[in-house]
Amino acid sequence: MTKMVYFAWVRERIGLTEEEIDIPGNVKTGADLLAWMKGRGHNYEAALAFDNAIRIAVDHEHIDQKEDIGSPREIALFPPMTGG
Amino acid sequence: MNPIEPTVRVQPGDFDLSAEVAALTKIRKNIGAAVTFTGLCRDEEGSLAALELEHYPGMAEAEIGRIAAQAAKRWPLTGLTVIHRYGRIEPGANIVLVVATSTHRKAAFEAADFMMDFLKTRAPFWKKEHRADGSVGEWVDAKSDDDKAVERW
Repeated sequence: MTKMVYFAWVRERIGLTEEEIDIPGNVKTGADLLAWMKGRGHNYEAALAFDNAIRIAVDHEHIDQKEDIGSPREIALFPPMTGG
Repeated sequence: MNPIEPTVRVQPGDFDLSAEVAALTKIRKNIGAAVTFTGLCRDEEGSLAALELEHYPGMAEAEIGRIAAQAAKRWPLTGLTVIHRYGRIEPGANIVLVVATSTHRKAAFEAADFMMDFLKTRAPFWKKEHRADGSVGEWVDAKSDDDKAVERW
């Protein structure tokens, strides 16, 4: 099981702050993950519709969507950051 | 010279600029420059009541720490402190502080500038508007200018 955490409008559109999910073995990259997540329901589809607006962090580190997610404890999905 | 160990804090409460500068300048006598950057909340011509800053606990500290470690490696700093607030922040209040100290000014200026450019695009914080008319506004959009700013480093 992998802990998924969501932030900002991704969190609002999915309707959850976090959840535990089983990621299928054929989901290798960040892009694979987003494609698979979108099939989990309308809320995920709405939250993740614009792939290039979604950032992915694996165990607290940014990854590119083309990179492998590996087998992390925690994956975060969120929009571009607006701190500072 | 070994890179210094930066101080990173992510907190709801305010910070004291002069206390943070003093903490870095009192430890040595060879510091010729202290550069500070303070980011504040704007009122957007009266339309904004507050910003709600959401953050990713754990990663926020880790990511700012990674950027600060890069800055400390790249410039000969004697000190580097970065503080970022979260929660509800009203116009006129502080959001972020960077203090960079060095023997000479150029390193301190550049390190503080670098720190802010990367913090804006890579540190996991998101701003949501609360409008003066009582409505909840939009999530603030990321600016493409901020993405361009990191490319110069």
